[in-house]
Amino acid sequence: MKKSKFSFLLILTLVFSLILSACSGGDNKAGDEKPEDGEGTTGETANVPQELRMLDSSAIPTMDSVLAEGSTSFTYINNVGEGLYRLDQNHKPVPALADGEPQISDDNLVYTFKLIDSKWSNGEPVTAHDFVFAWQRAIDPKTASPYGPYMMGGKIKGAEAITEAGAAGKPYDVTTLGVKAIDDKTLEVTLEKPIAYWQDLFAFPTFYPQNQKFVEEKGEAFASNAENLLYNGPFVMETWESTDAEEWVLTKNPNYHNADQVKLEKITVNVVKDSNSAVNAFEAGETDMTGLLSSDLVPAYEGDERMLSWMEATVFWIKMNQKNEALANVNIRKAIAMGFNKEDLAASILNNGSVAANYFVPKDFVTLDGEDFREKHGDLIEFNAEEAKKYWETGLKELGVDKLELRYLGGDTEAAKKTDAYIKNQLETNLPGLTINLESVPFAVRLERDNAMDYDLQFAGWGPDYGNALSFTDLWITDGGSNRMGYSNEKYDQLIKDAQGKLATDEKAQWEAQQEAERIMLEEDAGLAPVYQRAANILLNPNVKGLAIYNYGPDYSFQWVTIEGEE
Amino acid sequence: MAKYLLKRVFYMFLTLFIIASLTFFLMKIIPGTPFASANKLGPAQMEIMKAKYGLDQPVPVQYAKYIGNLLQGDLGISFQFNNRSVTDMMVGRLGPSMQLGAQAMILGTVVGILLGIFAALRQNTWVDYSSTFIAVLGKSIPNFVFAGLLQYYIGVKLGWFPVLFWRGFEYTILPTIALSMLPIAIAARFMRTEMIEVLGSDYIMLAKAKGASFFEIAFKHALRNALIPLVTVLGPLAISLMTGSLVIEKIFAIPGLGEQFVKSITLNDYPVIMGTTILFAALFVVIILVVDILYGIIDPRIRLSGGNK
Repeated sequence: MKKSKFSFLLILTLVFSLILSACSGGDNKAGDEKPEDGEGTTGETANVPQELRMLDSSAIPTMDSVLAEGSTSFTYINNVGEGLYRLDQNHKPVPALADGEPQISDDNLVYTFKLIDSKWSNGEPVTAHDFVFAWQRAIDPKTASPYGPYMMGGKIKGAEAITEAGAAGKPYDVTTLGVKAIDDKTLEVTLEKPIAYWQDLFAFPTFYPQNQKFVEEKGEAFASNAENLLYNGPFVMETWESTDAEEWVLTKNPNYHNADQVKLEKITVNVVKDSNSAVNAFEAGETDMTGLLSSDLVPAYEGDERMLSWMEATVFWIKMNQKNEALANVNIRKAIAMGFNKEDLAASILNNGSVAANYFVPKDFVTLDGEDFREKHGDLIEFNAEEAKKYWETGLKELGVDKLELRYLGGDTEAAKKTDAYIKNQLETNLPGLTINLESVPFAVRLERDNAMDYDLQFAGWGPDYGNALSFTDLWITDGGSNRMGYSNEKYDQLIKDAQGKLATDEKAQWEAQQEAERIMLEEDAGLAPVYQRAANILLNPNVKGLAIYNYGPDYSFQWVTIEGEE
Repeated sequence: MAKYLLKRVFYMFLTLFIIASLTFFLMKIIPGTPFASANKLGPAQMEIMKAKYGLDQPVPVQYAKYIGNLLQGDLGISFQFNNRSVTDMMVGRLGPSMQLGAQAMILGTVVGILLGIFAALRQNTWVDYSSTFIAVLGKSIPNFVFAGLLQYYIGVKLGWFPVLFWRGFEYTILPTIALSMLPIAIAARFMRTEMIEVLGSDYIMLAKAKGASFFEIAFKHALRNALIPLVTVLGPLAISLMTGSLVIEKIFAIPGLGEQFVKSITLNDYPVIMGTTILFAALFVVIILVVDILYGIIDPRIRLSGGNK
């Protein structure tokens, strides 16, 4: 007993000394501010090697744009490749391989793109056929692309039918997909219905072109290492040994059509999964940029100019399974959604810049004429213990019970357990008679149970795939693929259907329909209990300027990065 | 001896087959989806993904296919890393894990044995107390704490050795020291106890009476007998060190097996889970055999053939 106490004390002392020494790094200046992408690129760069050394927290699972499904893959595919559009420094999609804006048919369904002159890294021209090949490959059930059908289904004509036929083992024809090469330089895309965010879609890596001859020649080996890839973006991969490689090097692509814009000559990336180690490497001067910091490290760098912090467009919430009789009751749902203190959670438990969310379309995500989506309705469902209790009592009365027991499905990481325990405690304290049974499971299990709707309450989150509020609002349409909590409201469905269809070309009306839909979903129905919007933090050498950080798809673009000399 | 070895090798393969089969069926019971984007896949798409990886087939069919491929040395393709063969992945990662494990094992045992011997020979002196103190530290403090301290003070503050990565011998020093703390502790404790016991035995008394020197007694007579129990403990320890220390690999960004294995479990990357389990099991049975052979070498009285029947 004595020995174990001694060991415990010793460990505690050592751990504290570690934390304290970690905290001592860096001077404290300036508040945490959103990065101004692309700013400061005019500084002194002469005679400074334009080389960026950075850390990432994961290896690249695939560089095949058709098979990619995670932000790590998207980030590097975006930096070595290019599609019709590209996200610029201000997160806006701008024509890239498309020669200006396309010609659009009167019914807003057929888009005809002219392509600029550009080359693959083997010298061959990028043609319209390369787009047709890649898109057909992405939708082909034989390829089993995770994002192909997800990004194209219901958007590109014929996509859904091909996926369904493939799943049922019926014959299908990928040439029925709405994409056609009129000639080498002209691409025609037919949509299923008008889409408000079509530029974002065509900037997404799933829609990048691929050189048919090269892909077929390489077969299984395609995109498995640097030699088996072709590039048409700002950089090429100089070394990348395999999909699980923990080090890779990108160099400037001299054949890139916009090569003049690219100042960075070389990017060396190493995988470091441990956040503490990444910080140590940064402090030792071994790297210019860390991956995302774990939240326990953030307070130590509060106010340090080397820490770059920004709001991610990722919102976490508690899904309430409305197939459960108690959760089908709107008063019970309101009680739960209002029954826990999110501000305290964000400030004390998370303590990394994340903010309480009283909404499900995040702030700093989409704007219209300079106005943030959040400005009109702002907070829709706030913490209010007294109100929550009133709703709770009404709900219990309507159900004819005086207590309730609910299963709460949460994550199994230490951070998730802390958050879940806090929410449980808050809800049980504020809603007398409520018992919450926490079920902490790995992510893969949570996904499966979400699919099977095997939960009462579930802590989950969502990050968007394109820059339109629809990437959040269309989640909750009745029987929608991602709904999986049984929420249903005719008015909501109609508003979203309009936003996806007849209002698609009227930005203002589309925007307002979604704002109203969000209000109905949260304020009237409490269909969901929003918890917080996540902040992201990295350490970045102040000499590195012009890093573009994105809210969806790729995490970063290095196209505009320059390295300035020491001041 | 040859007959004994053949028999052992046969049992080794049988054990591996049973482990592979058990793991396969256990893995099928693990809940959870192997698809990272499962929350974005519709039912039709899910069917297509399952078909791609053969997960739409009945379990016995999947098992037969797996064992068939295994017999041909094919461990399949990782779900997580596109187009990456599990065999290639493991071969690439085994090197760093084995090197790190072996270095930690050698450093740990040599230092541990020396500490143990000196502690036993200088019982109840400051030498003994210091050795015990080091052993307690090594046993009670998790190696990630040592790793963090070494990384910060030796790597960042003093700048003597690189903080991270695996690019040459100097990169292996800090992780080796961090990982060797446990074997040091174990070897020192065992060695001390065994040496004290052996030093009290009649033949040592006799050697002393015959005028044998301090070093002769310690290293020639006592060490050999004291080593036998140590070998038993160090065998399994060697496996855990060589198959990769999850935390040390993660902290020093070493591309080894340990961290990969744990990640494959959390992501339900079935082929990688199977591949690494089989590899770990194979290493384990081989080390057990090596330990048995070592017994015979250290003490010829232990006969490998199990005596003449």
